[in-house]
Amino acid sequence: MTSGALLGFTLLAPLAGAAAIALLRARPNARETASLVASGTLFVIVLQVYLAVSGGNRPELALAEPIPGISITLEAEPLGVLFALVASFLWIVTTMYSIGYMRGHRESNQTRFYLFFAFAIASAMGVAFAGNLFTLFVFYELLSLTTFPLVTHAGTAKARRAGRVYLGILLTTSIGLLLLAIAWTYAITGTLDFREGGILEGRAAGAVVPVLLGLYVFGIGKAAVMPLHRWLPAAMVAPTPVSALLHAVAVVKAGVFAVLKVTVYVFGIDFLAEAGASAWLTWVAAATIILGSLVALTKDNLKARLAYSTVSQLSYVVLGAMLASSLGVGGGGMHIVTHAFGKITLFFCAGAIYVVAHKTEVSQMRGLGRTMPVTMTAFLIGALSVVGVPPLAGSISKWYLLGATLDAGQIGLAAVLVVSTLLNVAYLLPIPILAFFSKAEGETADRGPQGGTAISEAPVWCLIALSIAALGCIALFFWADRVYQLLQPIAAAAGG
Amino acid sequence: MSAHLPVLQVLVPLLAAPVCALLRSARAAAALAVLASWTTLAVALALLGEVKSAGVVSYAIGGWVPPIGIEYRVDMVNAWVLVIVGTIASVVSPYMVVSVSSEVERRRIPLFYAAYLLCLTGLLGIAVTGDVFNVFVFLEISSLSAYALIAMGTRRRALTAAFRYLVMGSVGATFIVIGIGLLYVMTGSLNMADLAVLLPEVWDSRTVKVAYGFLGVGFCLKLALFPLHLWLPNAYAYAPSAVTAFMASTATKVAVYMLLRFFLTIFGAPFSFGTMALDRLLLPLALVAIVSMSMVAVLQVDVKRLLAYSSVAQIGYVVLGLSLASVTGLTATLLHLFNHALMKGALFMAMGCVVYRIGSVHIDAMAGLGRRMPWTMAAFVVGGLSLVGVPLTVGFVSKWYLILGAIERGWWPVAVVVLLASLLALVYVWRVVETAYMRPYEGDGRAVEAPPGLLLPTWVLAAASIYFGVFAKSTVATAEQAARVLMSGVGS
Repeated sequence: MTSGALLGFTLLAPLAGAAAIALLRARPNARETASLVASGTLFVIVLQVYLAVSGGNRPELALAEPIPGISITLEAEPLGVLFALVASFLWIVTTMYSIGYMRGHRESNQTRFYLFFAFAIASAMGVAFAGNLFTLFVFYELLSLTTFPLVTHAGTAKARRAGRVYLGILLTTSIGLLLLAIAWTYAITGTLDFREGGILEGRAAGAVVPVLLGLYVFGIGKAAVMPLHRWLPAAMVAPTPVSALLHAVAVVKAGVFAVLKVTVYVFGIDFLAEAGASAWLTWVAAATIILGSLVALTKDNLKARLAYSTVSQLSYVVLGAMLASSLGVGGGGMHIVTHAFGKITLFFCAGAIYVVAHKTEVSQMRGLGRTMPVTMTAFLIGALSVVGVPPLAGSISKWYLLGATLDAGQIGLAAVLVVSTLLNVAYLLPIPILAFFSKAEGETADRGPQGGTAISEAPVWCLIALSIAALGCIALFFWADRVYQLLQPIAAAAGG
Repeated sequence: MSAHLPVLQVLVPLLAAPVCALLRSARAAAALAVLASWTTLAVALALLGEVKSAGVVSYAIGGWVPPIGIEYRVDMVNAWVLVIVGTIASVVSPYMVVSVSSEVERRRIPLFYAAYLLCLTGLLGIAVTGDVFNVFVFLEISSLSAYALIAMGTRRRALTAAFRYLVMGSVGATFIVIGIGLLYVMTGSLNMADLAVLLPEVWDSRTVKVAYGFLGVGFCLKLALFPLHLWLPNAYAYAPSAVTAFMASTATKVAVYMLLRFFLTIFGAPFSFGTMALDRLLLPLALVAIVSMSMVAVLQVDVKRLLAYSSVAQIGYVVLGLSLASVTGLTATLLHLFNHALMKGALFMAMGCVVYRIGSVHIDAMAGLGRRMPWTMAAFVVGGLSLVGVPLTVGFVSKWYLILGAIERGWWPVAVVVLLASLLALVYVWRVVETAYMRPYEGDGRAVEAPPGLLLPTWVLAAASIYFGVFAKSTVATAEQAARVLMSGVGS
């Protein structure tokens, strides 16, 4: 099999999975098996692509050419492979988790749920392997549309309202700003291809560059740069597996990934650095980092708190991209991976707590550590990783980003990262502390003769999934150099 | 035989019409109408092929050599329009067979088909002829039969809608004939190619400019450009479903063709864009049409009216392309004629399916239809996404060229308005989609999936609006070629 065809299979595997899910709708066990098989197959395929790319290849596959000169082409490059690896691996984990969650919670319309999940993953693969801006745009839009039925899964009036905010912001920004930016780029350069070193150098100058870059950064609404972040908290109305995989990994990471990709392959790092066009956007990202964390502090609802934390963490990646240095882009790329594992762990735990104890607010979580020890331990690991404590994955990408700000001589931005870390501690760590060290409500000093509360843990599928995710946070710390080596070609291309 | 293609284009439906009227059997009349429609498409495609290989095709009626006799003259532009009309006619006519049987009195059905075929004759005639007075004749044929078709709607308000259209349409036709008369006075010719040669000598005369004004107002009335669109929403809302689908996809398109043909081929691009500043005149009207009519569409509760207002907004896009005064802009215009015909046809036909089952297209009546009529509503979603301009649908292709044209000219705000108006389209499409898919069904069980006779044609257009969005190369190439013909004037 040629490596180009492999890319086609990254789309086909989830789509075939979707077909199987639809056919097996009457038999839940077979249907879930189909989901698991599809996700496993996809991961194996993406691994093959990874091997090809790390061997120096750039597989390519042209699918169609809708408008003369503008084609739908898939091409694998390091950043995309990284994103695809994370998304496809976590799809397997999330599928396991979903089985436990959806059944434990007796959700309706489960077939539709798994079906659109598979569609969303296919769209995410398209984003990851987009070979030009048009392809990126097409799959980016498909990702918005296919996740809509997942966000509004509950079908309540509240879900409908949230769905309107979700689709409204994502489509307004993408059609109103991103498409404009793409058309503008095409008008200037006559091409939409991603090329190393960018396509704009020598063709655009002056005030055009920062404005165009701004259109891209704000147009990619999935990156949730403030003030266009409202859709992300709104999306929390979705079932927790959706929040976990899509709104901590696939959808939001598709956004920041697109920002990175535009920075590296449309503008080119060197060109951006020379033009100084991204300076103003580093401060927009910095503001989002701080404000997102501050809002997270005020939220008592656990999922809302995690959502604002995601808003803040996404801007780490945007900041890395806007620093326009190889260290910044490398750090941003790593942060996509490390934050994905940390945040998905946290969401898995939040969902497990909801299924077992029906608790959604942080203040209700006193004493949960005793009844759900595995879940809360995993939560602690995830939280520490997001804060950035070694030996957990989050510390590495933060370290790179901090280095990138100092390298650029931006003490102010470095300070922002430090302050943000403190804020992370302030809004995440109280949760495990409450769970482990304080007594549950109504719990009195004179408990039963055993002197303990009965363990009441999440469904076993959920436990497996959240344990894998938490272990991933640890394992990635030791595998970080592999990730860095994968990204090496980009770093080398810039300023090399 | 192939030498007579241009005249066959008109003769087939023209001769079939009286036969339909004489037939007693509704079924036989329907069969004849479908057959005639399919023949026109075959002829139109053959003509397009011939034009592509041989350039301009000219046909002298009765052997009288132009400019004395009436000439039928087909180039890239009208070959394209003929294909659009033929395509829509051949998809809508089988749909009519089922749809009309539930919406029109049985004894009137043969007459209905006769009127439909006359309307088709008129539209094809306008497109095929190379003689300006002949344009007026065919315009009257298509308009009069259109009034009759609209008046056959089930609700009594169809009568007032048809009457209003008759008044406005007649005013438009009168303006056009006055314009044609003035041109004849100044040049002594009615042949388009001949006029294009003669007119530059008298460009400066006030009479020619007045003629230009009369023609412009007349065309804008017929193509329903804001603010001359008032006849359209009611006419589309109350006409029988199949008629709405047919008219929305063809009648205004042919009116746009008239405008392009007169102003760019006969008067010529230099006169229109230079002396008369047509681009600057149409630009604000187009923009206001796009924005205001999309907003009005958002507020509608009758989905057919909603789509009708959306049509007026879409005509704004078509005219906007013209006002960009470039090959890219005109490509967008010509593309959108075809693309909008596909998507709006699919949307109106989907609504026809709903009418067939539940007798209403009030937005509240559509609650829960996503599950009751999945194929119908899926076609609506496809058409709706295309209207918004989501990539891989036809709507995206025409908007892409429109935006490129605006950027080419340096009109940034125009590009922004086009994009923002897409979002308004999203809002009005989404209202329907959300009602159909996210609210529970409350009806009495009448709402079951539409019969295949309705679904199949609907899906032909819905599928086409995806197919030509993914593989737009051929349509873009044809439209671009036609745009070059228009911009370079006659003789190329």
